[in-house]
Amino acid sequence: MIDLSTLTIVSAREALKAKKFSAKELTQACIDAIKTKDKDIRAFLEVFDNALIQADFADKKIAEGIDLPLLGIPVALKDNMLVANHHASAGSKILENFISPYDSTAVKKLQEAGAIIIGRTNCDEFAMGSSTENSAYGVTKNPIDISRVPGGSSGGSAAAVAAGMVLASYGSDTGGSIRQPAAFCGVVGFKPTYGRVSRSGLIAMASSLDQIGPFAKTAEDAEILYNVVKGHDAMDSTTIADNTYSKDKQFNKTIGVPRAFVESEGITKEVKENLEATIAKFKALGYTVKDVDLSHLKYSLAVYYILMPAEVSSNLARFDGVKYGLHVDGANGIEDYFKSRGQGFGRETRRRVILGTYILSSGYYDAYYGTALTMKKMITDELRKAFKDVDLILTPTTPTPAFKFGEKSDPLSMYLADIFTVPANISGCPSISLPSGFASVEGKQLPLGIQLTADLGREDNLFAASKEFGNEVK
Amino acid sequence: MNKAEVLKLATLARIEVSDAEAESLSHEFEAILNYVGEVKGATDPSPALPLERGGLGGVYNVFRADENPHESGIFTEAILKEAPAREGDYLKVKKIL
Repeated sequence: MIDLSTLTIVSAREALKAKKFSAKELTQACIDAIKTKDKDIRAFLEVFDNALIQADFADKKIAEGIDLPLLGIPVALKDNMLVANHHASAGSKILENFISPYDSTAVKKLQEAGAIIIGRTNCDEFAMGSSTENSAYGVTKNPIDISRVPGGSSGGSAAAVAAGMVLASYGSDTGGSIRQPAAFCGVVGFKPTYGRVSRSGLIAMASSLDQIGPFAKTAEDAEILYNVVKGHDAMDSTTIADNTYSKDKQFNKTIGVPRAFVESEGITKEVKENLEATIAKFKALGYTVKDVDLSHLKYSLAVYYILMPAEVSSNLARFDGVKYGLHVDGANGIEDYFKSRGQGFGRETRRRVILGTYILSSGYYDAYYGTALTMKKMITDELRKAFKDVDLILTPTTPTPAFKFGEKSDPLSMYLADIFTVPANISGCPSISLPSGFASVEGKQLPLGIQLTADLGREDNLFAASKEFGNEVK
Repeated sequence: MNKAEVLKLATLARIEVSDAEAESLSHEFEAILNYVGEVKGATDPSPALPLERGGLGGVYNVFRADENPHESGIFTEAILKEAPAREGDYLKVKKIL
């Protein structure tokens, strides 16, 4: 009997190599777990019907003695990553019947690493949201408490790992869409440095911020999943190489906490206590923890809600009911656009496209977009200056544990759920959410996450500290 | 921002929205723009690092050389299969004039 709730990629790979179980048995165990558990959770939009065929193929390679980092490991993908000849809808009705004509670069790399692509997971429409309530295909529930959201936008990918349906999954993070659901579901979620993972074949939301990254049970697994998909890609001109950013600065086990910023943002008592407990744990591990003054961080969310809708409005202009996706017929050509987009896009998507149109319109462009770009640079410079002194920045991942369905009906209050995760997207820095403690709410133990952020290109520091911290928690 | 302004923006964005939605969007936009307005007027007193790639400096060419094109037409069918309407190897749209 395969126990998916404790199995990691590391332990599964050992078991596969030792022939304790086959890739087919492991994949079947995942499919069975999805069948029993996903009726309540609804993390998956589709389990691919060729999953067991992929598993057979992996078993053949294992029998030949081939060793690959993910050989025989089933992984789930957020519904915005293209897998050739499979549906990809980005949680939107406008792409309900869309079938990918090609593989995303990340998927190609996963296949080369021997992974089994088991299916696609639910997400907020076009990755826009913090609760997975914006999917056109219904909500995903938090496996720890099904009256609560799993976070978002990659809520399905987080819930799938947390519920023990798969060992690993991938999502995309534009303002916290990997780290926030990871925190809400009690798993590890990692956003790489902007440009480390190719966005070719990722359905675009805000191109200067989008980044693919993994969900896993441990930091070791997250590192394996990251190493498989990273790398320069001719199909994405913003990708960077291993040595693009200098790794000369030595890792000194020094952590900075922007305390003034964290404490001004309405965090709950449990989140604050958890931060203090985490600081104590790092100190016990031999880390120096000090306060850092990052006075610009508080502007990150405002900058985000200018840059992101602007990019969304231009990226989503491609959905015209002509080239692909939903077409709703009107009286003439232009009416086709209005109807296809009006009916194909959900409410949050319509809101952001129209807001982005305003921000980019003549007379407002300089006041909003131009200023936001200046602020983006100031935030990035301030963070990078701090990294001359400290190796990592520590904050809670979220101000609160998972909230209830419908609790944040006002858009601005929902946006504030991303207050601590957004700075890493604005600056491009790599950032990870690690499970750390619980908040006791209404008789349930809700997971909390702690977030570490490193300088551009310093994933090595992030994983070194995350692994030490993870081992301490166990 | 009022309902009429939202409807004008929706027209620019080529999205059909109802009057009721435009009305509620106008209030939501007020709240959001009020929040993001805190960055207005920000200036950078010390431009220490260039914007691109956070300090790498310099812009470089990322385009491949314009040579060795793929065989013409090999992706046509896969792409046109997703089109809502086609005529032969063309996307079909309504008459404009």
